[in-house]
Amino acid sequence: MSPAYVHQALTLPGPLPLDNGQALEDVQIAYETYGNLAADKGNAILICHALTGDQYVASTHPVTAKPGWWERMVGPGKPIDTDRYHVICANVIGSCIGSTGPSSNHADGTPYGMRFPVITIRDMVRAQVALLDAMGIARLHSVVGGSMGGMQALSLAANFPDRVERVLAIATTSRHSAQNIAFHELGRQAIMADPHWRGGDYYGEQNAPDSGLAVARMAAHITYLSEEGLTEKFGRRLQDRPDGQVGERAFGFDAEFQVESYLRYQGSGFTRRFDANSYLYITRAMDYFDLAEEHGGMLADAFAGHARGKGARFCLVSFDTDWLYPTADSRHVVHALNAVGAPVSFVELSAPYGHDSFLLDVPALDRVVKGFLDG
Amino acid sequence: MADLRPDLRPDLLAILDRIEPGTRALDVGCGDGVLMAALRDAKQVDARGIEIDGACVERCVAQGLSVVQGDADHDLTFYPDGAFDYAILSQTLQTAARPDHMLAELLRVGRRAFVSFPNFAYWRMRWALASRGRMPVTRHLPVTWFETQNIHHVTVKDFEELAGSLGITIENRWFFTREREIAGGGANWRAEYALFEVSGTTG
Repeated sequence: MSPAYVHQALTLPGPLPLDNGQALEDVQIAYETYGNLAADKGNAILICHALTGDQYVASTHPVTAKPGWWERMVGPGKPIDTDRYHVICANVIGSCIGSTGPSSNHADGTPYGMRFPVITIRDMVRAQVALLDAMGIARLHSVVGGSMGGMQALSLAANFPDRVERVLAIATTSRHSAQNIAFHELGRQAIMADPHWRGGDYYGEQNAPDSGLAVARMAAHITYLSEEGLTEKFGRRLQDRPDGQVGERAFGFDAEFQVESYLRYQGSGFTRRFDANSYLYITRAMDYFDLAEEHGGMLADAFAGHARGKGARFCLVSFDTDWLYPTADSRHVVHALNAVGAPVSFVELSAPYGHDSFLLDVPALDRVVKGFLDG
Repeated sequence: MADLRPDLRPDLLAILDRIEPGTRALDVGCGDGVLMAALRDAKQVDARGIEIDGACVERCVAQGLSVVQGDADHDLTFYPDGAFDYAILSQTLQTAARPDHMLAELLRVGRRAFVSFPNFAYWRMRWALASRGRMPVTRHLPVTWFETQNIHHVTVKDFEELAGSLGITIENRWFFTREREIAGGGANWRAEYALFEVSGTTG
């Protein structure tokens, strides 16, 4: 984390009501925009990021200096064409890349820590809509998101049906399964078991719960890949040993297999840009996500605002190797949309990379995204 | 409008001609969406599709069409009663697990249905089977018996009989041979494939 960097942000004019009954005051939303907003403000596309993503969808990340997380998808002439569309991407509330979250200061001048209210996906979406209000954008051309971003896209469609014309939800679900919750709990427990976590009150201390956060990231990262992808990339290959011996077993617990050092690298890199408490809050928000439950138990009722084609057009995309949010999850949403007569497309794309396929080089996804947005 | 037409198979052209502008249609087994695109562009039809082949679905979505990847044998049940003015099943009936159930489903979700299928009583088929004693491979049924997706070979007479037994009204029928429409006389042996427009008993 680099709290020193100043992200472009907007402070919401009023309190943000939350699902838990409280309201959050002085909410700051950090965001990036790309392309020009048309005079009629009709070309705005909101991109919602995934769990550990951020607003730097198509520009260099100020902390890591890495390219934007969807740079291959968003830009001039790209599937989400910033020559045509005004792309907005905001950091979700609860996160740590400039939007209000547990590392932000409470009214008393010290960080919230675990005093930050437990939030939901719908709370994140309320904040996004408040940002759009502040920008004077009444109706989005599209909302686009993968994974947790897809949950927000569906939640926005369900709760603010008049605010969007097209909804593109990729590799996502309408509710978290027991298995999804179980993996998240593993990550949270790893963080809370780290002695440096200190009940969430570690800001300003010398050490943050980086070990716990790294373990959480490692566990989650496995769920983002596929067995096929991992086997292809690493197999059972061993690391070269420090003494230069190639592929020899050292009979110890250092990262011996290449897949181990890959995960360790992913884990440690993550702690430099992410806050452990934010990880707790955002995974919790995802676990609570159940769009049907929010609407009386019937998923179709969640999309009542789009009945008989009077609302938005939808497109859902799944990947055949994604076992975190498998194709059946997307089909479930598609059937609910069919039941209310909403125009919906659905395609299961073939890609070897598991859940992370939506971020990687899958040319078929580019064609679907472009076709759906421009069509 | 005219430039859309040369690409269309004659049965699809007949469907395009019959469908009223501004209506809602579901194309079951829509392939790469050629009929849906024509319906949308020529008649402002709100066209939706179901297609099992992911590559075809991808091409549909890339044209801005609303197509769901799925298996018509199972997925029609997720559409509400009377959701469409028309349900279309072109050259797919013979691949359905239960063509009778499929017909009933088509007329549940659609007020009317268009169904086209290769006629297995076509004389060339009969001739091939009678003279060579082998399952025919023709221009219209180009795949050998063990590879074919066609699991319920049907004839014009069979279809008319099934419609009768299901209480389905045949509103119109078209017959085609060598990509041209032919008159209805002796269709059961003269037609290479057939198109029926049907409606349910309850309208």
